[in-house]
Amino acid sequence: MTLSKALKIAENEIKNLLNILNDSFQVFIPKLKEKTSYKFYEWDIYNNGDEFNIFIGVPKSSIKSFFFPQPETLFKFSIQKDTTALKEPEEENKRMLFGVRPCDARSIILNKLPYSEDSYYIKKTEQNIIIGLSCNERRNSCFCLWAGGSPMGTEGTDISLTLIDASFIVEAITERGGKIIETLGDKFPVASTSDIEKLNALRASYEKQRQSIPDPVKKIQDKNLLELYDKPLWNDVSLSCINCGICTFLCPTCYCFDIQDETSKGQGKRIRFWDSCMFPLFTQHATGHNPRGAKHQRVRNRFMHKLKYFPDRYNVFSCVGCGRCIKECPVNIDIREVLRDML
Amino acid sequence: MENNSLNNNILSELKAKVLKLFQDGIISGFLGFASASLPMSIRPFLAKNEKDIDKLVWNSFCTINLANYLPEIIKQNKDKKIGAIATGCWSRNIVVQIQEGQLKRDDVYILGVSSRGMINSKNISDRFPGKEILHVKEEDHIVTIEGRGFSEQIKRWDVTRDNCKTCAHPDPVIYDDLIGNLAGKRSINNKYSQIDVIEEMEPDKKWEWFLKEIDKCIRCYACRNACPLCYCNTCFVDDSKPQWLGKSIKHTETAIFHILRAYHCAGRCTDCGACESVCPMGIKMRLFTKKLEKDVFNLFGVEAGLDINEPLPLTTYKIDDPEDFILKLEKE
Amino acid sequence: MKNLYLSHSATIKDIIIETEDGNIKTFILELDDPEIRDNWKHIPGQFAMMSIAGMGEIPIGIASSPTEKDILSFTVSKIGVVTTELHNMKTGDKIGIRGPIGNGYPLKNQLKGKNILIIGGGYGFTTLRATIIYLIENRKDYNEINVIYGARNPGLLLYKKELEEWSKRNDINCHITVDREVPGWTGLVGFVPQILEKVSPESENSFALICGPPAMIKFSMPVLEKLTWHDNQILFSMENRMKCAAGVCGHCNIGPFYVCKDGPVITREKLKQLPTEY
Repeated sequence: MTLSKALKIAENEIKNLLNILNDSFQVFIPKLKEKTSYKFYEWDIYNNGDEFNIFIGVPKSSIKSFFFPQPETLFKFSIQKDTTALKEPEEENKRMLFGVRPCDARSIILNKLPYSEDSYYIKKTEQNIIIGLSCNERRNSCFCLWAGGSPMGTEGTDISLTLIDASFIVEAITERGGKIIETLGDKFPVASTSDIEKLNALRASYEKQRQSIPDPVKKIQDKNLLELYDKPLWNDVSLSCINCGICTFLCPTCYCFDIQDETSKGQGKRIRFWDSCMFPLFTQHATGHNPRGAKHQRVRNRFMHKLKYFPDRYNVFSCVGCGRCIKECPVNIDIREVLRDML
Repeated sequence: MENNSLNNNILSELKAKVLKLFQDGIISGFLGFASASLPMSIRPFLAKNEKDIDKLVWNSFCTINLANYLPEIIKQNKDKKIGAIATGCWSRNIVVQIQEGQLKRDDVYILGVSSRGMINSKNISDRFPGKEILHVKEEDHIVTIEGRGFSEQIKRWDVTRDNCKTCAHPDPVIYDDLIGNLAGKRSINNKYSQIDVIEEMEPDKKWEWFLKEIDKCIRCYACRNACPLCYCNTCFVDDSKPQWLGKSIKHTETAIFHILRAYHCAGRCTDCGACESVCPMGIKMRLFTKKLEKDVFNLFGVEAGLDINEPLPLTTYKIDDPEDFILKLEKE
Repeated sequence: MKNLYLSHSATIKDIIIETEDGNIKTFILELDDPEIRDNWKHIPGQFAMMSIAGMGEIPIGIASSPTEKDILSFTVSKIGVVTTELHNMKTGDKIGIRGPIGNGYPLKNQLKGKNILIIGGGYGFTTLRATIIYLIENRKDYNEINVIYGARNPGLLLYKKELEEWSKRNDINCHITVDREVPGWTGLVGFVPQILEKVSPESENSFALICGPPAMIKFSMPVLEKLTWHDNQILFSMENRMKCAAGVCGHCNIGPFYVCKDGPVITREKLKQLPTEY
């Protein structure tokens, strides 16, 4: 989509923008939380006047809980003597996630590939408006270019913000993003042609960088599946793994779930909740038989799913390169090294 | 790593001893640590031959309890012993594993090392919220933290883990060989001071504190999985026949998980702090187990894993076991 | 947009105890909504998600043939939480059904005009029963039909009445066997692979549909290979833990292959290209 109109908002004016948006949407921003014993950035409701801090990298948790709540009620039912009535959950309000990094925004598009027929997920993509925020600095765990994204990527966003020379260039990416920008037109100045040129040049330089990397998806697709599967690397990678769910739960593109019924006093609901292929019971049959009973099989499945099975099916990795799994892994299992060893 | 003579001395002695163990054909692998791709991180590592020895590292971020890996690795390498480096708490966990039949003493060659206390990397990153730490240089008593546009020196002891600060047993309790010298028992004024603070709270404040801690739990079970005591084939949180616990992220479910996990470790926990170190959300769940450690000590006079011949307090019945809690109930 | 996870209410119309130990029962259901009932179309080899409100949802192969008017049946072994609860239910009780799910056997495509070899063992005979009923109903569309079905003992054979009926027919060759000799059993004795060797079905212009315990499958393969059967003539029906039954939730994958969406029916040729995670 071409830019109809881009705005230019001074860095110190960002609160004004947030306050205006907060009138029409339920706005969420990453906030520095001191709820637990340590401080970290986490998504939270914006209240007029809250600080909007720009920090390096991504919040602790990805935005997937907005698309894929933990847990999500699929429907409610009542257990009566002779009948079981089903009720679908009610609609939710429009939300706006403000300050979503390009990697996290891109995860919405990637998850939509397997979820294309999932009405719950699709509904959430309609309910959540995404205001992206380009990255000016990278963390030592970032690898979005390798994963097919860009620090200035706009995939998955409705509006994209880029901080250049102490001003945000605010671009409309989707039609609904454009409509929001139109309502702001009389409150903020329009970006000049030279601003746009600067923005485009910066974006093009990242694009060039990405293209200089020999397409890893293509390289993986050319590899024989069973040869990758049988590589000895999986034993080495998995040795230190403690088989916890940190990587899968913090990952924006890990989308596996389990379904269960919860009941109390004759009322019940069928919920789906995050599950992790790292857990032994993930694949265990009712008979006790387990196709991935060993730790290295589960570790292998996580990486093979993201870096081989998924790209074979959808021509893209199920990974946006946000680096959370690397940062948070207690034993430093690094997906970049795994990818390198697979290539 | 200049001026880091203490850790460097440990590492060079470690490497020399491991080399000898391989050369003498005593071990088929040595469990230690290798360097990581990010600062303040570490990789548990099994050196399988002499060539691998160069990959071994030793620093203050070795917070993973290696005893956790031993039973599984030994199962897969039956022919010879597996060597492992062990500080005070890790060696005590090996003792508990032996007492509980998870491990045989003869299957493991323990290279003991007295612990200087490990650093809590969250204590460091907490001082630089929103910034990116790119380099961490460790000296004997100073840690230098560097990122784009900042460089700061921190006293090592200021960011040392809570469990290490109140640890009375830095020395390994069982070992086949030693690296460096034993430090002797540390005299701690009150090793339960962190618990006393909580115990003094009013019940509702206490509950508030507890809920605040567990509120961020994402139920990844890293705390459980990093713990050498948690080896049940199927944990009660995962069990589906019957299902004890719901799967939602709710205070009731999360609270039951953390409370039961802690109780399951009573009389067995060595306060190694691995659970807290691996928690991605910064939950101080070590305090839950520490409280039970205190109770066990006060009731039975025992600390876990100090003496291989000492019976486990909660699985051994003695005729004169204190049963004050029952008496108290009767009085009420 | 269709809700993939919503199940339809169904009433248990009849329950048949299949095995002597009582652990396997066939549940004959009727979908409550007439519109859903009339629009229900399935292919033998497909399955459905069966749920009991408050207990959960599980995948079960459809045991009835689409040619059986107004009948939807499932043969269920008592193993887990839901199946145990189901076994305690009685006629008139309500359960939830969503489906049909999966690809099923290509009866209307590749299998037409071919010799059909059915190999079943124990509890893994349910969707093959649906297939046999379908084949008999559309007998002229297929060439020679061989059925080899075995169980540990006569008491564990499913669909005994139908087995007898099929054995009397001359347009289908039924070979029913039990593992060991039992007083009163006059049929074949021996493991399925042994019977397969005796029957020696010709490979030319043929397809084999196989469902049963891993050991039966494992030892049947060399027999078929000796009889020059090619891997793309052999169809398996896979089972893995399934939850969403829509290729999303990630539980049932065998490498890139989602049993629920891409299967459950798969040729041996294709299966050999996948990891052995089943």
